Amino acid sequence: MNDRAKAGSPVEHYVNPAPFDPHRIERMTPEMERYYMAPQWRLVWWKFRRHRLAVASGLVLLVMYVSILVSEVLAPYNLHSRHMGFIYAPPQSLHLFHDGRFVGPFVYGFESRLNMETLKREYTPDPKRIQRVRFFCQGDEYRFWGFFTGRFHLICAAEGGTLFLLGTDRLGRDMLSRILYGARISLTVGLFGISISFLLGITIGGLAGYYGGWVDNLIQRFIEVVRSFPEIPLWLALSAILPVTWSPLLVYFGITIILGLLDWPGLARAVRSKLLALREEDFTTAAQLMGASPGRIIARHLLPSFASHLIASATLSIPSMILGETALSFLGLGLRPPITSWGVLLNEAQNINVVAIYPWLMLPVLPVILVVLAFNFLGDGLRDAADPYK
Amino acid sequence: MLAYTARRILIMVPTLLAISLIIFVIIQMPPGDYLETYITELQSQGEAVDPEKIEALRRQYGLDRPLYEQYFLWVLGLLQGEMGYSFEHQLPVNDVVGDRLWLSFLVAVSTILFTYAVSFPIGIYSAIRQYSFGDYAFSLLGFLGLATPNFLLALVLLYLANVYFGTSIGGLMDEAFIDQPWSWAKFLSVLEHLWVPVVVIGTSGTAGMIRRLRANLLDELQRQYVMTGRAKGLPPGRLLLKYPLRMALNPFIADIGSLLPQVVSGAAIVSIVLNLPTTGPMLIEALRSQDMYLAGSFLMFLALLTVIGVFLSDLLLAVLDPRIRLEGGATK
Repeated sequence: MNDRAKAGSPVEHYVNPAPFDPHRIERMTPEMERYYMAPQWRLVWWKFRRHRLAVASGLVLLVMYVSILVSEVLAPYNLHSRHMGFIYAPPQSLHLFHDGRFVGPFVYGFESRLNMETLKREYTPDPKRIQRVRFFCQGDEYRFWGFFTGRFHLICAAEGGTLFLLGTDRLGRDMLSRILYGARISLTVGLFGISISFLLGITIGGLAGYYGGWVDNLIQRFIEVVRSFPEIPLWLALSAILPVTWSPLLVYFGITIILGLLDWPGLARAVRSKLLALREEDFTTAAQLMGASPGRIIARHLLPSFASHLIASATLSIPSMILGETALSFLGLGLRPPITSWGVLLNEAQNINVVAIYPWLMLPVLPVILVVLAFNFLGDGLRDAADPYK
Repeated sequence: MLAYTARRILIMVPTLLAISLIIFVIIQMPPGDYLETYITELQSQGEAVDPEKIEALRRQYGLDRPLYEQYFLWVLGLLQGEMGYSFEHQLPVNDVVGDRLWLSFLVAVSTILFTYAVSFPIGIYSAIRQYSFGDYAFSLLGFLGLATPNFLLALVLLYLANVYFGTSIGGLMDEAFIDQPWSWAKFLSVLEHLWVPVVVIGTSGTAGMIRRLRANLLDELQRQYVMTGRAKGLPPGRLLLKYPLRMALNPFIADIGSLLPQVVSGAAIVSIVLNLPTTGPMLIEALRSQDMYLAGSFLMFLALLTVIGVFLSDLLLAVLDPRIRLEGGATK
């Protein structure tokens, strides 16, 4: 102050050589430091962890996805093994005690009889035939992922006995095994579909958001057109196009592409609006002023800030794909046997007269509902956690 | 308002044209046309096929013309209410379709009304009694409704009705009325059967709507104007209805746009399970047998239903919210 009082004399330029410490005034405790200096992904994780339901759903999904890696081992029977003596057998219930004595997990063997009046097979559990369930055992032969053959199973029926925990279908195939194998298709359809939709959504939405102008307008109109189609009828029409001569595997990929092809508009819109909003943010301007190239700005600054939103919205749209595949296969327009998904299994339950007599054919509904619920809860949790600064 | 309506209608025209083009491409995509399938079928049955007759048929249906001409003929026909010729049924599509379009329309509209009627009170209740037992119960039900594919729900309902009541709840009218001319009794019978598909199709939409209404209303209830109103001594009912609810209603109407495609596509598949005389089962049949004009017209009708629904919801929104109609006119 005193210096400036002397009018006319130049102010001496002064630079403090000590390194700048922004926390000079207020020291941060280690706990505060841990919180304030945490990278974004860690904040997201902390926030996500508080959402109990979402974490539990995530675990359920994790278990299911791990299970499809080893379906062959988990399933008590092979996918295609038929038991001609046990057609439409009802579920066998698992018991632990027989006559008040502990036996360990076992089932009562079936006494089967053909009712000559209704031509319906009737099965009655026979209390004399105790069939103890075996664990870590040798059972039906399978090709593990089609690579090598094995016979090792987690559980199998007793020697000469049966183990149909969820009943059998019209060819005497074990429903539980088929549901476990079906998970492999049903759960991956959503993943493949979402990757296609992700690719399309990010590219197209990115173009619209980055270029703006007439490109944006054109893409917006196109999205409106695609969105005004009712989804399922269009899926039906598209899957009716798939040639009958295609192999089941090709049909599988065809269906996933169809599912992904109609799902991207929502994602593209999200990407576009996020890009438009983030372009105006201060940190983008700062990056521009420092001379960063557009590519670097998009990849290094813009994309990470909405990647978490994208993942959350992707998680929320996987269930609709799983439901879509189930619906298509249920109507017989989607996947076809020998490929087995939950929808293909439900296809057998299409006739209400069959379902009325053999209600366990509807059981594949349960895993569908479970997975869709879990994805919804997980997506909700992720969406809440996606913006940890709120 | 008039300018906004006109602009909105003008946007609808190219949208519908683009949709018709996409549908035409889709129905043209399977290799061969219906006549070829028909010929091979005849040959496999050992019947002689007169090439001249085939040629005549081909000319009659316009299959010998270039694709773009076929497309224009189809669109022109659609504009005049002629939906082309169904090869499989050997009848004009209009005759094959009959009441189906109107019944589809009826199911869709009743489902939307049902969705509103149910989600409105429940959404409000869940918002003002947040975290109460009722709120949790409805949330749980809602999640289940969202997660259950509606065709499976239809199947389960059919099963339960079959087991516990021994009746079939399928169909849209008593069997005595099928193919009968419309009468008061037939109409009543339709109303009697309508609730099953409406509940089944409406469940997931209702669940979603409840969640959105609850979230919106919760947001509004925390605003300061609500506190001001309360501080000034407004009675709670009046305070709720007069301000926050009106604000929360906005998305309620805007949602028709996303609700309608959902309802239409849900209806298509549920009607197959429940065996309703609507467009769904016939669409599947047509797609399976490559009866392209029939399938195309159905798709077009469903898309038209959606586009008009979105248009109506936009108009309603503009009536409700002056910002939308003013902005819409000023910026472009």
